[in-house]
Amino acid sequence: MNPSPQQQTLNLFIGIGLVLVVASVAGALLKRYVAHGAPNSVIDNLNARIKAWWVMVLVIGLAFIFGRAGVMLLFFFASFVALREFITLTYTRRADHDALATSFYVILPLQYFLVWIEWYGLYSIFIPVYAFLLLPILAVLAGDTTRFLERTAKVQWGLMICVFCLSHVPALLNLKIPGYEGRNALLIVFLVLVVQSSDVFQYVWGKLFGKRKVAPAISPSKTVEGLAGGVLSATVLGAFLWWITPFNVWQAALIALAINVMGFFGGLVMSAIKRDRGVKDWGDLIEGHGGMLDRLDSVVFAAPVFFHLTRFWWT
Amino acid sequence: MGHLHRVGRASTVTPTVDRLGAGAIVGFARVLTGVRALWAGGPPTAGPRVYFANHASHGDFALVWACLPPDLRGRTRPVAGLDYWETTPLRRYVINHFFRAVLIDRNTETRTEDPITQMATALEGGDALIVFPEGTRNVSDERLQPFKSGIYWLARAAPDVEFVPVWIENLSRVMPKGRILPVPLLCTLTFGEPLKLHEGEEKEAFVARTRDALLALAPPEM
Repeated sequence: MNPSPQQQTLNLFIGIGLVLVVASVAGALLKRYVAHGAPNSVIDNLNARIKAWWVMVLVIGLAFIFGRAGVMLLFFFASFVALREFITLTYTRRADHDALATSFYVILPLQYFLVWIEWYGLYSIFIPVYAFLLLPILAVLAGDTTRFLERTAKVQWGLMICVFCLSHVPALLNLKIPGYEGRNALLIVFLVLVVQSSDVFQYVWGKLFGKRKVAPAISPSKTVEGLAGGVLSATVLGAFLWWITPFNVWQAALIALAINVMGFFGGLVMSAIKRDRGVKDWGDLIEGHGGMLDRLDSVVFAAPVFFHLTRFWWT
Repeated sequence: MGHLHRVGRASTVTPTVDRLGAGAIVGFARVLTGVRALWAGGPPTAGPRVYFANHASHGDFALVWACLPPDLRGRTRPVAGLDYWETTPLRRYVINHFFRAVLIDRNTETRTEDPITQMATALEGGDALIVFPEGTRNVSDERLQPFKSGIYWLARAAPDVEFVPVWIENLSRVMPKGRILPVPLLCTLTFGEPLKLHEGEEKEAFVARTRDALLALAPPEM
């Protein structure tokens, strides 16, 4: 009656794979018969997104094969790449060198180590408290006061976004949910699938029905219709995925709604930073698909909220 | 000095070790900096050329080198200061064997060979060069220090050779002068349009023109 966690995960990945196969075939057909092989920004963008999904699903699937260690390593690497993208676009000075080296070589690995050994009491405050106090100390010792507050604040912000928030995805593996033992990896699938599909649904709804812009100054492509349709569609998807979670149907829907709203605002906030810095993408990790932070902006904002909602009510 | 010839022979004796060593340095530079090359002034071409770049870190030439296609890399030699690279056996080995550098003596009092002649000889032999016309690493808040006149004298000595400006963005943040531990940041190298010495062009005009061409590749300041 009850399939094993491995079987359930496998089924889920097969299901996602089938959806992607259908999407890829549809994309190829559109390219061939609608665009006639010529460049077409909408269809090319669609195909680029499908390809990015393939990469994401394969990478996460591969990490799952290696179990807990694989997931930790994957997100450790993602944090590293994201932090590198973030600091690259941030104003720093020579005097920040020690603070930056400490961020990359001490704080980042230590945060993931704390998640690995499941020390909740420390990994949930390590960066907001200890790194927060240590970084300005390192910066002040270098003796350069130019734009001091701005510099220390930005390094701290980068660590919060790229390391602290993102580490809450693998931290989902640490939650002890009665009756859900051995299935925590599915919480990661739920989070990533719901939030990332919300991006896709918003894009589709926006393209089909989008009229009124939500935030023209920040992200001209985001519309009210796209937002509402996308968030609601992804919420429905979350409700349909209740069977892989410890939640019942309406709980799954409410949680999906919460993380979709967080994800939407995450995308908006990160777009505002990019706009301020005058760049289109955070990096170019995968040719033409932007950087790590472009892919993860919504997950980053949703992860800690999802983690704490689940921890508060289900553990 | 004569060790240019010595280097040439030694490289053919232990080519595998040297190629692996050079490959390791390139790989390390790539992982650390995620380096991206923008060929804004046309695709890379083989043959004698002079890549001139801004200089803020010891890793500068390694990064330019890492951005070149592999077949060009083997024929491209950094021009480096003897005083730094000849101080320890390891440095000497790396700079001579991995990078096949043209080592020049910056001390005008004691040097036995003229740097311009050394560089021109390498160009005549079909090699490309990587030079840093600022002369020394930039630790100021200025984006680019004034150029020394060496670039003009080199152009005079090799008037048919193209000079390619290369703006190195961010490496000074990865590894600032005086620091050993590099911080991983994304670096971008922009290769600009090649330029040549005009007939009858004055020293000041050419130095200013090359410097402006390099500065034009720099992204807006933060």
